[in-house]
Amino acid sequence: MSWTRYAAPQRFYPLAGRAVPWFAGLALLLTVLGLYIGLLLAPTDHQQGDAYRIIFIHVPAAWMSMVIYLAMAFWAAVGLVFNTRLASMLAIALAPTGAWMTFIALWTGALWGKPTWGTWWVWDARLTSELILLFLYIGYMSLHAAIDDERRADRAAAVLALVGVVNVPIIYFSVKWWNTLHQGASVSLTRAPSMATTMLWGMLVMALAFWMYSIAVALARTRVIILEREHNTRWARQVLGSA
Amino acid sequence: MRSNPPARDGNDGTWGAWRAVFQRDLRIALRRRADTGSALVFFVIVVSLFPLGVGPQFELLRRMGPGVVWVAALLASMLALGRLFADDHADGTLEQLLLSPTPLPLLVLAKTAAHWLASGLLLVLVSPLLALQFDLGGAAGGVLFLSLLLGTPLLSLIGTIGAALTVGLRGAGVLLSLLVLPLCAPVLIFGAGAVEAAQAGLGVAAHFSLLGAMLLVALFLAPLAAAAALRIAVE
Repeated sequence: MSWTRYAAPQRFYPLAGRAVPWFAGLALLLTVLGLYIGLLLAPTDHQQGDAYRIIFIHVPAAWMSMVIYLAMAFWAAVGLVFNTRLASMLAIALAPTGAWMTFIALWTGALWGKPTWGTWWVWDARLTSELILLFLYIGYMSLHAAIDDERRADRAAAVLALVGVVNVPIIYFSVKWWNTLHQGASVSLTRAPSMATTMLWGMLVMALAFWMYSIAVALARTRVIILEREHNTRWARQVLGSA
Repeated sequence: MRSNPPARDGNDGTWGAWRAVFQRDLRIALRRRADTGSALVFFVIVVSLFPLGVGPQFELLRRMGPGVVWVAALLASMLALGRLFADDHADGTLEQLLLSPTPLPLLVLAKTAAHWLASGLLLVLVSPLLALQFDLGGAAGGVLFLSLLLGTPLLSLIGTIGAALTVGLRGAGVLLSLLVLPLCAPVLIFGAGAVEAAQAGLGVAAHFSLLGAMLLVALFLAPLAAAAALRIAVE
């Protein structure tokens, strides 16, 4: 069996349908576990008090905002190069989730900034580039929505997504390149993390929960898009019960 | 391969096609002076409105000047971008360009170059006058001029991608700004940053180097992306 077998929307639809409950269940489980570790087990920070606990939402959301953009650009590129329908559908299904993650990261960042920095917003490099990421998501979705022909919309939006990829490394390295108010990365692969072990575990579990949630929602949205676009085919009519 | 006779007067081949497109676009820009000039007038008016809005204290204006001139240049270049491919798309010229044996990215580059000469360069040329309104004389005014000279071609190149993506769409103008403005933010940051660094007595080499680096990258990649977008739009 070839791995491209599930590239056909007709075969992917039931596969995604079976996968969604698993990912959604895992997301729920991990969220409960992560919040338990984060809100009850993790110690209070000696500088920031309990205000730091928003990290368990803020950091996973910020990570996902970048990861989803890369995934979206990847599938958009696959759709553009190989002209596969499903890849383009995955890309457009990821966009709203990515935009929400970016918004959550900015919003929780503002809530965190008020007690610790004394301001809701600063024009710091990381905040600015994250805001630009939100605009890129909105631009991607607007361009896709403005073009009536689906295939043209997929391909035009893919070009825009690929142009915008430049922004992701800028966000990631911004706290290193410009030494501004936003603190540096607390977690790194090359050295010991600069935070308590329980905090780290809480954050990693929450990050995993966000991953599962994003996958579940993206797959569910892809199913809807597949049905929307294939509603003239026989199998889709059977699924919809209108044959 | 094509069986054209070898070039005699240098007007054949890839370079000839490049020059033909470039000269044609320049000639159109010169014939439609009202269209070409409107972006320039918009630029001057927007910049002149700021002192009326925030008050005439020179202390404040000197601080705001670089940012105001840069943002106004950004918005003015958006205005001019809508026409870059729209007319060619409406009268079918664009399809002829797509069918031509000359590589499309080169033709796109020719159009972008002509577009910059007829819009961006004009903004750069009037900027020293506008800088005087904000009491940005001497070194700061010179740095503003140079930063715009480096930055406006970059705006035109990035804008070309957006113009190509939105060819023939309804509501293309607003959509174009929505797509292009976020991508132009780094240009604005380093362009206005250069002038502020000069005002603070710091070196401007770093800002100019970054602008130059972005210009080189965009010079290579933007025509490729815009050409891909045009093929998608007209297929």
